[in-house]
Amino acid sequence: MSACLDIANLSAVLPNGQRVLRSVSLAVQPGEVRALVGESGAGKTMIGKAVLGVLPSSVRLVEGDMLLEGEDLGRLQPKARRTLIGARTALIPQDPLTALNPSRRIGPQMTDRLVRILGWSGEKADRRTRQLLDEVQIRDPERVLKSYPHELSGGMRQRVLIAAAFAAEPRLIVADEPTTALDVTVQKQILRLIAALQREHGTAILFVTHDLGVVAKISQKVSVLYAGKVVEEADTAALFAAPQHAYTRALMAATPRYTDPFASLKPVDGAVLAGLAAEIAAADLAWRRPHG
Amino acid sequence: MLLQRFLIRLLTMLITLFGVAIVVFVVIRVAPGDPIAMMLPPGATDDDIARLRALYGLDKTIVQQFFIWLSGVVRGDFGTSISLRQDVLGLVFNRLPATLELAIVALIMAVAIGGTTAVLGARERGTAVEAGIDIASGAALSIPDFLWGLVLILLFGVLVPIFDISGRVSPQLDLPFATQFYFFESLLRLRFDLTWDLLKHMLMPAVALALPLAAIISQLLKQSLKEVLDLDYVVLARVKGFSETQVILREALKNAALPTLTLVGVQFTFLIGGTVIVERLFSYEGLGNMAIDAVINRDLPLIQGIVLVFALLFVLINLVVDMMYALLNPRLRHG
Ligand SMILES: Nc1ncnc2c1ncn2[C@@H]1O[C@H](COP(=O)(O)OP(=O)(O)O)[C@@H](O)[C@H]1O
Ligand SMILES: [Mg+2]
Repeated sequence: MSACLDIANLSAVLPNGQRVLRSVSLAVQPGEVRALVGESGAGKTMIGKAVLGVLPSSVRLVEGDMLLEGEDLGRLQPKARRTLIGARTALIPQDPLTALNPSRRIGPQMTDRLVRILGWSGEKADRRTRQLLDEVQIRDPERVLKSYPHELSGGMRQRVLIAAAFAAEPRLIVADEPTTALDVTVQKQILRLIAALQREHGTAILFVTHDLGVVAKISQKVSVLYAGKVVEEADTAALFAAPQHAYTRALMAATPRYTDPFASLKPVDGAVLAGLAAEIAAADLAWRRPHG
Repeated sequence: MLLQRFLIRLLTMLITLFGVAIVVFVVIRVAPGDPIAMMLPPGATDDDIARLRALYGLDKTIVQQFFIWLSGVVRGDFGTSISLRQDVLGLVFNRLPATLELAIVALIMAVAIGGTTAVLGARERGTAVEAGIDIASGAALSIPDFLWGLVLILLFGVLVPIFDISGRVSPQLDLPFATQFYFFESLLRLRFDLTWDLLKHMLMPAVALALPLAAIISQLLKQSLKEVLDLDYVVLARVKGFSETQVILREALKNAALPTLTLVGVQFTFLIGGTVIVERLFSYEGLGNMAIDAVINRDLPLIQGIVLVFALLFVLINLVVDMMYALLNPRLRHG
C-alpha cells in the first residue's frame, strides 16, 4: 500500500545559499496522524508549504521527491499539481485571524473550493458545509455563514477553518500549529475537535507543533526536526518511552509540565545544541561538495 | 451616529467651499490686470471708466463686493460674465458636461490600464514582464499630462494623422442632442456614428490625462497586491487549488484596492485640474478652456463661477471616495 504522503531527501535553500531543509524524509500513512515537532525556526512550516506547493518565492527546492498518494508532485505540470493538491489536501493554518479573507463572507469562503475546484453543485456544497459546521459544534450555521470574519471570535474562526478543511474529504491535511494562536482554554477544545474529526473521517494529518504535550495527545507517529533536519522519528509512544536522540531528550527536558508554569522558561540544553550544530555543519559541508 | 457624521461632513464641505470662494475672490482682485481697461477702446475718458466700474460694482470695497456676490450666489445668481455678457451659471453649465465627459472617460481609461497592468505585474512578479511594466509606468509618470498631449498631437495628429486634434466634434455634423453630454447621449441614442466622431476628438486629450494617473494606479495597486499576496488567506486559496489569476481577482484585488482608492480620489481631482491646459491644447470646448479665456479677459464673475464649480466637484469626489471606501470595507459598513 502506498503512503498518503512520502517525502524523500527534500532539501531547500535560501537565495544566500543557506539550507533551510536538510534531506528531510518522512511519510504519512493513510488515516494516520504524524506529528512534526521542533522549535520555532526549525523548518516545520516550510515542509508543510513545500508539500502544498506554496513555498515563498525566495525558497528553492534543490533535491528530493514528494509523492502524494503515489503521484510525484515534482513531475506534474503546475496546473495539474495545483488541482491535485486542491482536490486531495487541505490546510488548517496557524492563525485563524489572518487565514480568512476580511472582505468576504464565511459562506462563500467555505464553499468556493467545493464548487469551483471540485465541481460540486452549489446545493451539495451548501449541505456539506452545514454538516461540517455541525460537526465542529457551531450551533447557528445560518449566522456564521453570513458573517464576515471580524464578526467571529478566534475560536469560532478556527472551527470554520477546520470544517472547511474536512469538507472536501481530503486524503491529507496539513495542520500548522492550529492551536498556537488561540487562548489556552480554547486550545484544548480545538485539539479534541481535530482528533475527533480525524477519527471520524479517517484523514491522514501532518500535524506541525512545537509542543510535545500536543504530540502525545494527537499523534501515532512523530518526526523531530532540528534546523531543517529530521533528527529522530518513531512511534509516538516509543518516543516518549525511550527517546533515542540527545536533542529529543533535551527537548523533553525543556517541555513544561502542566503543573509548573515556570518550567517553560527552561531552554534546551546548550551542550546538546552545540553538538548538533557541529554535526549539521559537517553534514552541510559534505552535502555542498557534490552539488558544487 | 451616522447622521451626525453626515452632518459634520456636509458642514466641512460648506466651509471648504466658502474658504475657496473668499480666497479666489481676493486673489483675482489683487492680481494685476483690469477687466474694465480691457473692455474699453483706447481713448476712453475717466468718466467712461468710472461709469463701467460702477455698472459692474467694482467701485465698492472688496468686502462689500464679496457680500453682494455672496447674496447673489445664495439665490443661485452668479452674476454676468463681463467678456461674454451672459449669465455665468448658464455658461458654466453649458461647458461643464464636456469637461466631465472628458474627465470620466480619462478616469475609466486610467483605471482600466492601471488595473490591468497592476494585476499582470503582480501575477508575473519577479519576471521580465513586471520589469517592463515598471519601466513603462515610470515613463508614463515622469511626463506630465500636457506634454503627453503634445507628444500625441505630434504622433497621431501630424505624423500619422488618424485622430482629430482640435475641437469636440466635427462642426459639419447635425447634433440631435438634448443635453450637453454629447458622448454619453450618443451612446444612449445608439448613434454610434456620432460616438465615433466624438471619440476621435476626445481620445487623445483623454489619453494624455489618463496616462500619468494610470501609472500611479498601476504602481500603487501592484505594490499592495504583492503585499496582500503573501497573506495567509491568499496562501489558503492557493492550497484550495485556485490559479494565481483567480487568487488575485477573487481574494486579493478588493482588499488591495482600498489604499489605492483613496489616492485615486485625490489624483482624479488633479486630473480635472489638468483638463484646463489639456482642453486648451486640443481646443476642446470644455470648462477648462473657458477658464483660460476668462482669466485672459480678467472676467472676474466668470472666473469665480468656474473656480467655485471646480471646488464643488473636488469636494463631491472626496465624498464619493469616502462612501466607496466604506462600501468596500465591511468593517466600516456597520460602524
Ligand atoms: N519567506 C521566507 N523567506 C526566507 N526564509 C524564510 C521565510 N520564511 C521562513 N524562513 C526561514 O526558514 C526557516 C524555517 O522557518 P519555518 O518553516 O517558518 O520554521 P517553523 O515553522 O519551524 O517555526 C527559518 O530559519 C526562517 O527564518
Ligand atoms: Mg511555523
